[in-house]
Amino acid sequence: MDWEPKIVAFLCNWCSYAGADLAGVSRIQYPPNIRVVRVPCSGRINPLFILSALRHGADGVLTSG
Amino acid sequence: MTANKPGQVGAVLVVGAGIAGIQASLDLAESGYYVYLVEKSPAIGGTMPMLDKTFPTNDCSMCILSPKLVECGRHLNIETITNAVLEDLQGEPGHFKATIVKKARYVDPEKCTGCGSCAEECPMETKDEFNQGLGERKAIYKLYAQAYPNAYAIDKDLCIECGACVDACQAGAIDHDMADETVEVEVGSVILSPGFQKFDASALEYYGYGRYANVLTSLEFERILSASGPFGGHLVRPSDKKEPQRIAWIQCVGSRNCKIEHGYCSSVCCMYAIKEAVIAKEHAGHPLDATIFFMDMRTYGKDFEKYYERAKKESGVNFIRSRIYDVNEAKDGSGNLTIRYANEDGSISNAEFDLVILSVGLEPSADVVELANKLNIQLNQFNFADVPALTGVGTSRPGVYVAGAFSGPRDIPETVMQASAAASDSSVILSAARGSLVKKKEYPPEKDVTGEIPRIGVFVCHCGINIGSVVNVPEVVAYAQKLPGVSLAEEKLYACSQDTAGQIREAIEKYNLNRIVVASCSPRTHEPLFQETLREAGLNSNLFEMANIRDQCSWVHMNEPEKATAKAKDLVKMAVYKASLLQPIQSVSLGMNHDALVIGGGVSGMTAAVSLAKQGYKVHLVEKEPQLGGTARRIHTGMRGEDVQAFLGDLIAQVNGNELIKVYTGTEVADVNGFVGNFVTTLSNGEEIQHGVAIIATGAEEYKPAEYLYGQNDRVMSLLDIEGALSAGDARVSGAKNFVFIQCVGSRDDERPYCSRICCTKSVKLALKIKEANPKAQVYVLYRDIRTYGFFEEMYREARRKGVIFIRYAVDNKPVVEADGEKVKVTVTDHVLGVPVIIKADVVGLAAAIVPPAGNAKLSKFFKVPLNQEGFFLEAHMKLRPVDFGTDGVFMCGLAHGPKNLEENISQAKAAVARACTVLAKESIAVEGKCAFVDKRKCVACGVCESVCPSKAVSVDMKEKVAVVNEALCKGCGACASSCRSGAINIKGCTNEQIVAMINAL
Repeated sequence: MDWEPKIVAFLCNWCSYAGADLAGVSRIQYPPNIRVVRVPCSGRINPLFILSALRHGADGVLTSG
Repeated sequence: MTANKPGQVGAVLVVGAGIAGIQASLDLAESGYYVYLVEKSPAIGGTMPMLDKTFPTNDCSMCILSPKLVECGRHLNIETITNAVLEDLQGEPGHFKATIVKKARYVDPEKCTGCGSCAEECPMETKDEFNQGLGERKAIYKLYAQAYPNAYAIDKDLCIECGACVDACQAGAIDHDMADETVEVEVGSVILSPGFQKFDASALEYYGYGRYANVLTSLEFERILSASGPFGGHLVRPSDKKEPQRIAWIQCVGSRNCKIEHGYCSSVCCMYAIKEAVIAKEHAGHPLDATIFFMDMRTYGKDFEKYYERAKKESGVNFIRSRIYDVNEAKDGSGNLTIRYANEDGSISNAEFDLVILSVGLEPSADVVELANKLNIQLNQFNFADVPALTGVGTSRPGVYVAGAFSGPRDIPETVMQASAAASDSSVILSAARGSLVKKKEYPPEKDVTGEIPRIGVFVCHCGINIGSVVNVPEVVAYAQKLPGVSLAEEKLYACSQDTAGQIREAIEKYNLNRIVVASCSPRTHEPLFQETLREAGLNSNLFEMANIRDQCSWVHMNEPEKATAKAKDLVKMAVYKASLLQPIQSVSLGMNHDALVIGGGVSGMTAAVSLAKQGYKVHLVEKEPQLGGTARRIHTGMRGEDVQAFLGDLIAQVNGNELIKVYTGTEVADVNGFVGNFVTTLSNGEEIQHGVAIIATGAEEYKPAEYLYGQNDRVMSLLDIEGALSAGDARVSGAKNFVFIQCVGSRDDERPYCSRICCTKSVKLALKIKEANPKAQVYVLYRDIRTYGFFEEMYREARRKGVIFIRYAVDNKPVVEADGEKVKVTVTDHVLGVPVIIKADVVGLAAAIVPPAGNAKLSKFFKVPLNQEGFFLEAHMKLRPVDFGTDGVFMCGLAHGPKNLEENISQAKAAVARACTVLAKESIAVEGKCAFVDKRKCVACGVCESVCPSKAVSVDMKEKVAVVNEALCKGCGACASSCRSGAINIKGCTNEQIVAMINAL
């Protein structure tokens, strides 16, 4: 099966986004299906964003903070 | 030159532009002093740009240094003088006259664009010293790709003056007749940070260095690992460019060797060898056999022990405790090498490797010794600068300070701490002249972009090969060019370099760009740098967006270039969509309080308080105990024999005698509100203190062992107990004949997986003291690795010479301590004999761990600063920001940061002061302005925003029936905007519309 999911991730600048950077610095390899949106805090993640992502064809949404 | 007070000059000379010189210069320049930064080579940076990665975070060395290089290079109050040496220094503290000889560069750095056409034409080649001789450079060369100044220089020893470069240079920057120039500058103080050179391994023939092609130094191996190195980051060995299957590291080459007068430990080699082994295993496309041959594994710094454990357990690096006899090349022409070594039990083994790396030690260069002699700076027996006791960064000459490896081998964070400390000591003697010589930055007026259609410039970075080797950068550029609103898309080799900044400024001008997108690394590290470029070009710094195509793309999808390219395109598209909606944000200037709060009245806290007060700042010093002094009250003799009680008494007198310091003993912090420049702290006595900065110096405690009969048998004591007993003439110790010290009690175990750093040295010190008082006393030290780093190694050797017996025990076979009448029976399995040894001890000394106080958790919440897993405070960056926090205006020093000795704590305390002064020296605080804002027309004053705001920054004005934001308190977290049912509240720089636009881009 060739289908690949598209995942939108909302990451808090101070923790999860920094964690994603750290994954890079540590060269931890993971599937390239994720598109990251940096937000100043997980509190910034409006429920609207999640719905909007799903509406625009995201197969999954990850919020982390 | 003018100065406020006769004889005081508000300028500082910094000699040596490695990371120490750069940090000291930045701290001073940000605190109101003019800096002359003198560097011998044609570019600033020192050793750090040569390193591939840095321990213990595996950060790319160049990537973390690059912003500092640029900041230093473009700082208005730092005058960088390259190709120059300090020739003479006359005068006294506050007013020196320095004579500097600027060697001819033969290229005008003002005119040179760094394009490299000259080097292409130059016919003369030599070994490239930056690449440790593994590659070639021309007679006209740039030290390294990201060098500042971004200009070439001519090596006249090699140059034949053929004129090819002159013809090639479009900028007319080359002048073969340039002559040396002597300049004189007036400065108030001097900081020496000339760095080190690596030990010349060819002096030790048995390692085969210089004879066998596949025996390399650790620095050569760094260059091989580096993407900008001679083999483009491809892990191959020099002889046949084959990928090695087996690599060995040999430790202590030119260290801990008194036969060649290098008796000291070079302190950094254990960690860098582990790092190189881990990175090599990552680089290799196949399972690589990485083996480290060592005597004692000295991973004593913060988070180092965990790194060592991970290397063993997760990366599978082999560690062999051994002594090396020699290295021999195979006779079969394979270029392989055989290491002959003695195991711990004395047996001899041979092992074959494809590549052998020598972990070479650090030593002062002949130039540095000459400089010290010229300046009349006293050196120690190994030719490192001799630092007067408990000054951290002093020299024998008043007004001259040292930072970095000049005063002893040390790693980057300690070097950075010392650099800041030296800046602080300079500032203490020059505070009257602060601000007298500085220039102010004038930005061009901001262009008004309101109403303009977006004209976006997109710059896609190769980051050397970090991005370009995975992501197809030209393809991304072509894609970006077609996106709506994009006027220009270009690729850049290093988007962060000085010349690219110039190119971006030019592009903004030429194409009238009004939004900029850079696709490169993480905005967390590089956003400020690019924003500065926008301001210089007259654009508001918030008309900028980044796409993280390195840390979150090329580095994490290394084996899927096509998918990584597709992802990079998406990330760029998202950034472009957001950028087209960006609006300028005006920063707000707020008043600030210039007082400091120091929490903790131990040596660190008091040193910080005194340094701040001497610079004219008012200090509130809070100590929870009824008296000042902290743990130092229990220490009598320092590591170098200092009279600690006399020192402490003097320090307390300085604190009590300074009218700018207000001391609160028996008091704790009860609550903290506000932010940098405007903190309000409530003390446990109910008093409210207003302050602009805070320094956390809460210290640490000695672990109370639950093991080895501690607390059950009064002959079992901690090191501090023994110190006290020795000093008091306690009969338990004065009459004792057999002493046993047990190391790592409560350290390096599952519960506390860190090394407490100072216990080995302390035990050795106490053992020597016991031997001195009673040469017939038997002293045994039971250890896992002896970690007498730096010059403390001399004490370890002295202890062995005086008959102190060192027995290594295995962690899974710890010594057993049992009461035995008047004595204590200690059973330990000797590492050489492999059989149990029984010692009837009169005194058992436990080298108990250093543990953080429980109160740290509370402070961590008050100031919103993190703790690490062990409960010590966690700095903003382990390498380059060792005393800072992510929270502005809050700093730390001393044991609150992690285990350290007194001298190191003093140095760190001064460092925290220097960093705090970069804040205090400012008249006002500029608030970034990425705050919440309310659309009054939509707001219904329901109060949800007020209830969800964690910073208490939003309140509802009941009269106007509208929510109001206090920009000073607003952190821009956006909880309000996410909760507002009317869509009335939003965040500048991160609006709902902007985020939705990014989502729409997918």
